[in-house]
Amino acid sequence: MSAPAGITRVTLLKDLRLEWRSKDASNSMLFFSLLVVVVFSFSFDPSADESRQIAGGLIWVAFLFAAVVALNQTWAREIRNQVLDAYRVSPAPANSLFLAKAVGNFIFVSVLEALMTPLFIAFYRLRSIGPAWQLLVVAVLGTWALVVNGTFFAAMSLRTRSREIMLPLLLFPISLPAILAMVQATTAILNGEGARFWMTLLVTYDLVFTTVCLLLFETVLHAE
Amino acid sequence: MIETPPAHVVTVTNLIKQFGRFAALRGVSAEFLGGKLYAILGDNGAGKTTLLRTLAGLNRPSSGRISILGSGKFHDICGQVGYMAHPSLLYDEMSGMENLGYFARLYGITSDARCAEVIRAVGLDPELARPVGQYSQGMRQRMSLARALLNDPKILLLDEPFSNVDLNSAGEMVRLLARERDAGKTIFLVTHQASLLEGAADEFVWMEFGRIIGRTRELKRPAIAEESAT
Repeated sequence: MSAPAGITRVTLLKDLRLEWRSKDASNSMLFFSLLVVVVFSFSFDPSADESRQIAGGLIWVAFLFAAVVALNQTWAREIRNQVLDAYRVSPAPANSLFLAKAVGNFIFVSVLEALMTPLFIAFYRLRSIGPAWQLLVVAVLGTWALVVNGTFFAAMSLRTRSREIMLPLLLFPISLPAILAMVQATTAILNGEGARFWMTLLVTYDLVFTTVCLLLFETVLHAE
Repeated sequence: MIETPPAHVVTVTNLIKQFGRFAALRGVSAEFLGGKLYAILGDNGAGKTTLLRTLAGLNRPSSGRISILGSGKFHDICGQVGYMAHPSLLYDEMSGMENLGYFARLYGITSDARCAEVIRAVGLDPELARPVGQYSQGMRQRMSLARALLNDPKILLLDEPFSNVDLNSAGEMVRLLARERDAGKTIFLVTHQASLLEGAADEFVWMEFGRIIGRTRELKRPAIAEESAT
């Protein structure tokens, strides 16, 4: 049997290839985020100071909802033709599949963030008073927090009849500490205040939930 | 010299599978020898697919015991089992070779030569670049069989491999399966087209109401015992 890391790699490459060909997740994510930016920019006309206060919330809410679109697609392609059963009967470890899916979602959401951030900056005339590189750290930690839980709960709601409603119902409450930390850290950095506490909270959240998801995923994968 | 009896590669003891209050399998007990082709027959809802999925480790038995190749834990022997379901278990957006290349890696097979070999064995062209989603139903079935054969399994579990396959192709598939059986594989095949397997299957296993009601060497349905029907 291949090493778990090798299986994670081929599964990730397979998912990237499938997404490149189908554009199922990327198109809907992109249009959704674009809509949020444009609609919000027409709804508010904030000054530079006000922008710094509200941008953290706006940005992360947009990315959160867009991420849900990607997370639903992640497993949808595995239940089409019941392909997931082919993985379940193979000797490949469950966690390799989980990590590949989580990393794949991380890439999709990160690409979306990279594309949308310049638009946010332009529409809301954002200028960071604090060190902007810290925003990058918050983005990485925050995105991982969203996708690791999202990938897990999307798998859990896979066999439910209304899985597209189930995912946000399960994901949003459990992501609240992470969302709070992302929003507060972003706002603090934009306003030149310290964000160490919120970033520590994000690191802790990521470590705890990544471990829990890895421990429980095999049970979720083989559930009937 | 005392001749040792042939080993049973699959033993099922009082297997019960319930979905909520519905019992799909109601105490199935049977022993199956290695290197044989078993055709599992019965009407819709007889429990054929449930039995196959339970053997494949996809359904957990509600009670009872399964032993495959001497192991009661599916995880220990899953590398030696090939499973073909009614749906194709293939990604529509990828070509046959890309699909098999991916699944091969799950079994630790790193060479594309094996993928090409099984694709040719089922009568398809490994060079075909078209995505599987654009295949005809028959081609998809054959590619699905190729996926099940990929890891050269000792036990092959096939659910309706001939559905929507034309007669000639189905005949080729039967001949391929007979060759695989002769090479030592044990094959369990669920089908509604039993006549295709006349002369090829070693035994016909008849199911009704979640139970095995009889096993015959010829394609002749046994009379249903009265208690089975209740």
